[in-house]
Amino acid sequence: MTARFSLRRVGAVARKELLHLRRDRLTGGMIAGIPLMMTLMFGYAINQDIRHLRAGVADLSGTQRGRWLAADAQATQVVDLVHRAGSARELESLLVRGEISVGLLIPADLEQRLVRRDRPAAQLLVDGGDPIVLGAARALTQLPAPGRATRAAALSPLFEVRAFYNPERRSAVHIVPGICGVILALTMVLFTAIAIVRERERGNLELLITTPVQSAELMIGKILPYVAIGYVQISLILGLGVLLFDLPIRGSLSHLYLASGAFVVASLSLGLLFSTIAESQFQAFQLTFTSFLPQIMLSGYMFPFDGMPRPAQWLAELFPLTHFLRIVRGIVLRGATLSDVSGEVWPLALFFCATLTLASLRFRKRLD
Amino acid sequence: MPASNDAAIVTRGLTRRFGERVAVDHLDLTIPRARVSGFLGPNGSGKSTTMRMLCGLLTPSEGEASVLGLAMPRDAETLRRRLGYMTQRFSLYEDLTVRENLEFLAAVHDLPRAAARARIDALLEEFTMTKRASQLAGTLSGGQRQRLALAGAILHEPELLVLDEPTSAVDPQSRRDFWEALFDLAERGVTILVSTHFMDEAERCHELAILDRGRLVAAGAPRQLLADLPDRVVEIESDEPRAARAQLEREPAVRSAAQLGARLRALVDPALADPARALEAALRAHGVTARAQLAAPSLEDVFVAATRGRGHES
Repeated sequence: MTARFSLRRVGAVARKELLHLRRDRLTGGMIAGIPLMMTLMFGYAINQDIRHLRAGVADLSGTQRGRWLAADAQATQVVDLVHRAGSARELESLLVRGEISVGLLIPADLEQRLVRRDRPAAQLLVDGGDPIVLGAARALTQLPAPGRATRAAALSPLFEVRAFYNPERRSAVHIVPGICGVILALTMVLFTAIAIVRERERGNLELLITTPVQSAELMIGKILPYVAIGYVQISLILGLGVLLFDLPIRGSLSHLYLASGAFVVASLSLGLLFSTIAESQFQAFQLTFTSFLPQIMLSGYMFPFDGMPRPAQWLAELFPLTHFLRIVRGIVLRGATLSDVSGEVWPLALFFCATLTLASLRFRKRLD
Repeated sequence: MPASNDAAIVTRGLTRRFGERVAVDHLDLTIPRARVSGFLGPNGSGKSTTMRMLCGLLTPSEGEASVLGLAMPRDAETLRRRLGYMTQRFSLYEDLTVRENLEFLAAVHDLPRAAARARIDALLEEFTMTKRASQLAGTLSGGQRQRLALAGAILHEPELLVLDEPTSAVDPQSRRDFWEALFDLAERGVTILVSTHFMDEAERCHELAILDRGRLVAAGAPRQLLADLPDRVVEIESDEPRAARAQLEREPAVRSAAQLGARLRALVDPALADPARALEAALRAHGVTARAQLAAPSLEDVFVAATRGRGHES
């Protein structure tokens, strides 16, 4: 005999979860605390538009052009020329000691090099340990050769970089939608990852499985309250973004909320799946972080998606965060509509169905 | 025991292994309806494992079990509507109030709302918990928790109530009250299966099954089990109980001897004539002065006699 699916039981489980949350002050506080804290902290602290790198210059040419080149570099504001070195070796040792992260070496034969143009005129020594510094320093190589009026046209770079959607290149505009995804990818998975294993640890499960409650009812009832919490977190983070960081929301909020729902339930059901695998809350935490790290590393939040090798991109397509970042950046920053981002919504819906089914199948109303 | 067509539970060769260990070993049980039946046995005798198999929570390695006419574990979902199960460990939610716990159980059992409210109020009243309805379950005393757990287990008016060592963390007065409640339920037609390692509780059951390391070693009404004990029971008082016990264990007619404070309790072969005098004489011959007299057998004696020769350590 298979009893029919009962909404009443789903509601009973959902209500019980809310009661747990209400009694658990710390977790309740984290619902609002994590988004508030992280958005403020990262919104202000993270700056991908690098300026004022400490730099040193060794001008071995001693010519007017050498001084112009150094002055041009300083004028970009990317580097601050805080050290002057007398030799290439001295410049290198400054770099090794970490006193500077960029060194500008102007060779003695600068004039000949500029005329013959068979070798680069000058050399940049860069601390390659930090990819973002390396990238910033590369921008310096786009500097036109000094000579001002004379051959400026011929030497100016071929491309001019213009940042669309974020013309002032303020990092917060990029960071806040990303933070939204990262916070949800952590909190949503974590909330449900402990949901079933906690019942097991506290001994509630042995009673729960002798009641007529069905696996699917239990799973859905456990997800429902956190969907609402997910929306609270999204609203908090984007609200802070708008209030404090002038985050423009160019698309429709209703489209954003609809599309985000797919990410929220996908993350929640991933957590539930972990909860049916883990035997203790500690194991549930480990599984959560094991899923979290690759998501932030490969989703395009940390590093550009297009820069990754193909297999890494295929892998990243499996992560909910990858799709959510495209959705939230698309709708918030580019003003995309729901149908523009539908290609990101259905993989999330598929992910949700697959993980929820797996979790329901894995959850046995047995102790053996 | 009553004929099996009146039986609530019948098992045949029920066996459960955990790896190499045999927790329940070919158990043949018949549990009558509307009675309080007890599982008596020490820890590790297979009481909990048997109960879990009967509730459909564990799959038997071998054998079969029919519970309320349903085959376990195949029909476990159907049984769940007719079964109340109280786990050994308190398994309601400690961070929910008394009423919230009962409301949750009522909802997952699909009780109609109005009926559920009336039933919860009636149960709170019956178990004198009305004043504690909005207290968190985690702040209740041991006895109050047991009453709440029992209320939760009978909320949906099950036909069968399975209770796994329900009184192990409860004071004597609460235990008495708890047993009164069980008899009330049995009178109303509920079949009750309860496990215990308290002899006084075992004595109160209508029917008793004594388990030892997974095997059924004796079954029947407690009074019958006492009457059927083949051994004579002799109580011996001595100033040197350790020496007396050592000597008793060397007597061929003594089947077992156990110390209870200053007294010793010996199970003696019924072939031995006038066992009290005979044992006194045997002890005196070895320089131990003792006074012996015949005593009425207890369930503990039945238990000791039933598990004899199985290499028990305690």
